[in-house]
Amino acid sequence: MNLTTKTLTQLSQSFQAGEITSREITDAFIKNIKAKDGDINAFVTTTFDLAREMADAADSRYKEEKLLGPLDGMPLGIKDNICTNGILTTASSHSLKDFVPPYDGEVWARLKAQGAVILGKLNTDSFTMGASTETSAFGVTKNPHDLTRVSGGSSGGPAAAIAANMVAGAIGTDTGGSIRQPAHFCGCTGLKVSYGRVSRWGTIPMASSLDTIGPMAKTSQDCALILQCIAGQDKKDSTTGHQEVPDYLRHLGENIKGMKIGIPSEYFVDGLDDDTKEAVNSAKAILEDLGAKVIEISLPHSKYGVAAYYIIAPCEISANMSRYDGVRFGTRVGEESYEEILTESREAGFEDEVKRRIMIGTYALSAGYYDAYYRKAQKVRTLICNDFKEAFEQVDIILAPVAPTPAFKIGQNTDDPVKMYLEDVMTIPASLAGITGITTNIATSDDGLPIGVQLLGPAYSEERVLNVGHQIEERIRG
Amino acid sequence: MSQQTIITEEEVRHIAKLAKLKLSDDEVKKFQGELSNILNLVGMLEEADTEGVEETSQVTGLTNVFGADEVEVYEPQQEDKLLECSTLPKTDHSIQIPKIM
Repeated sequence: MNLTTKTLTQLSQSFQAGEITSREITDAFIKNIKAKDGDINAFVTTTFDLAREMADAADSRYKEEKLLGPLDGMPLGIKDNICTNGILTTASSHSLKDFVPPYDGEVWARLKAQGAVILGKLNTDSFTMGASTETSAFGVTKNPHDLTRVSGGSSGGPAAAIAANMVAGAIGTDTGGSIRQPAHFCGCTGLKVSYGRVSRWGTIPMASSLDTIGPMAKTSQDCALILQCIAGQDKKDSTTGHQEVPDYLRHLGENIKGMKIGIPSEYFVDGLDDDTKEAVNSAKAILEDLGAKVIEISLPHSKYGVAAYYIIAPCEISANMSRYDGVRFGTRVGEESYEEILTESREAGFEDEVKRRIMIGTYALSAGYYDAYYRKAQKVRTLICNDFKEAFEQVDIILAPVAPTPAFKIGQNTDDPVKMYLEDVMTIPASLAGITGITTNIATSDDGLPIGVQLLGPAYSEERVLNVGHQIEERIRG
Repeated sequence: MSQQTIITEEEVRHIAKLAKLKLSDDEVKKFQGELSNILNLVGMLEEADTEGVEETSQVTGLTNVFGADEVEVYEPQQEDKLLECSTLPKTDHSIQIPKIM
């Protein structure tokens, strides 16, 4: 029996029924990582000894009938921008290449409290700035479906680890599409939660008004299982909402007959790949077959999303990155003066993409440009929020492509930052509006590359997007 | 902020100075081109009609979230425990830095 191809839900059920031990499951994943990750490079750090220890503890809890929850004994991977006490946390950057946090980020603290097992830390673009993991200080994560292509980004490590059966589930982060796009490229499921649904405490920040943390796994059901554990208000993150956390699993399978689904005409731009277009049509056909009503809608300001994002995000980044001064933590270079430490450490610690974004942010926030760039972008953000508000008065869910194409070739966009930024054209608007969205795999291209679609819902409607994602998956996978 | 916005090498150097980044001459050249392209891209916002539109700086719908003002006692031993994870030079329960004044 190959344990690693099973879903998290199946593994959890088998473990809770006493059919298999956590140690057996964990060892199976470790074996797979050892066999495959040399080629794929999804992990920055592996924690096999700790994983075996945690698995044995879960097995003891099973024997004592003291299991902590459905994730007890389940081996997961955590994106490397989430702090893990005593475990190297690099954000795939040179700045933090030796950084071992003295505390757990809230998400990992909650998972650990439920008995989850950690297999290691997963690769990302440096400080999550990128759409391909090519800006990582530890090398690109290759796409398991074609090793000449990227896994997407920034959560390329988590997506590839799931696709290659190296983890049962993972935690990623999504600021402008960083969960949804890699899930599309690697053929797994990834949930971008509403802004504030999951605590950001202990996650290395990129753009604080946009950053979200969410589950990635083989199915929507698996994502629901993980979300149940990590969602909810946290006093340590004042942006988390007080909304009650629904029973996500209970909503899976709810009848969607009569549900209204909108397809935004603006997302069918020039350059949208035929297979990707076809995937949206396949999803539409499945939803209609399930009794949903699919109509065309308009999100008229979508075309401004990337431009607004690449002002707002860099402005927030330029402020957030000021903490990497070589004084309190991270790489320190130089010893003569404070000024020397500051500039030399930043020079040694920041990859080019990080420098680019800091400079764009610094420029847009500087005297004389603030109104023309930052204030203007914030106004456009309002227009994009309003687009979604109006759309959700007509429909319950929005169905759209995730990216213009399936996974692109390694190196294809690295010399052209603007081209790389445009990769996120279809995921950014939802991020600016702070709403939720899920990517689920629908089809395979002629070249054998996975293609997903995204299902977007209003803020705090995770149970709805998970349910629709689940029903599509059930229909496809029978 | 027209479609032709081109940032000069001098401006790149100025921004780098403000952001405490040390750039080589080659980097200044490279970033001058790249930043100009990015500024051309974001310049498209100029055509968006934002007359009378409010700004959005956050999307939580929350205002003034307060926490209880509680004192937490912190023992020096705890500080040393925290410092154990740092590779930086240490002195007197603290991380050491050169004189600033």
